[in-house]
Amino acid sequence: MKRIVLWVPLFAFAVFLAVVASGLYAPADRNIESQLIGQPVPEFDLPPALTGRPGLSSAALRGGDPHLINIFASWCLPCRVEAPQLAELSRRGIPVDGIAVRDRAEDLSGFLASYGDPFRSIGADNDRRVQLTLGSAGVPETFVVDGRGVIRHQHIGAITPQDMVAIIAAYEAAR
Amino acid sequence: MRALIAAIAVAAAAPALADSLLPPAHYANTQLADPRQEREAKALMETIRCLVCQGQAVADSDAEMAGDMRALIRRRIEAGERPEEIRAWLISRYGPWVSYTPPLEPATWLLWAAPVLLIAAGLWLARGRFRHRRKG
Repeated sequence: MKRIVLWVPLFAFAVFLAVVASGLYAPADRNIESQLIGQPVPEFDLPPALTGRPGLSSAALRGGDPHLINIFASWCLPCRVEAPQLAELSRRGIPVDGIAVRDRAEDLSGFLASYGDPFRSIGADNDRRVQLTLGSAGVPETFVVDGRGVIRHQHIGAITPQDMVAIIAAYEAAR
Repeated sequence: MRALIAAIAVAAAAPALADSLLPPAHYANTQLADPRQEREAKALMETIRCLVCQGQAVADSDAEMAGDMRALIRRRIEAGERPEEIRAWLISRYGPWVSYTPPLEPATWLLWAAPVLLIAAGLWLARGRFRHRRKG
């Protein structure tokens, strides 16, 4: 009995090492999913971020057509990475509606001039109020909302070419 | 001397944060005028997790997102909302994860029972030691 007890600390240390090593090799998923998926989009009404282009309100999301809502910002580097994918979605007939987080009109115009402009509307969320209302934890994020205004899908991070199939499928499923 | 220069350089360097160019929200770093309300807001901020720097409460974090969350909390407290209503609002968006006060539910039973279990285990160990000593 005593002999076995002597091995207990070593065994406990081995378990500790295994836990640490598994955490190092497979880091935890730090993405925070919105809890609102499957629920109606909360009420909001954002003013236009650019003159000459409409803003975005929750009322517009209940018109019967699905919406792809891209939360982005000119100061966000991954948003530049996903710009070609948004342009491709727009080319395929999927309109992209934007929510610009903490942005200035002049920065936004420069961003759209440099990286492409697929946006049908852009709402200005200057104090992150709407981003927090939607349960979004960063930029860029993309939501798919169906024609009745129910959130159906959330994509966290930049949309890469590999993500296109899933995004298009989520949009088609929301019809 | 070289160490001093290095220290100054490190202190002066702007961290490469992914933050916007807009100034912080009004209530991010400004207290509420009513001390009672500010006390409530501060207590809530200390138990709400920052979404960006995930080990910190929004009260402690310098991230822009944390500032916006502090502003949201102060705005809502000022408008007369109860702290627990605001906590529930945040949990309904981000899950129980966002709150540092875990609710009592099946997934957290072990967490809440842990102090009792550990004390019981300690007593059990100590009991063996005391008996041993009395005998000797």
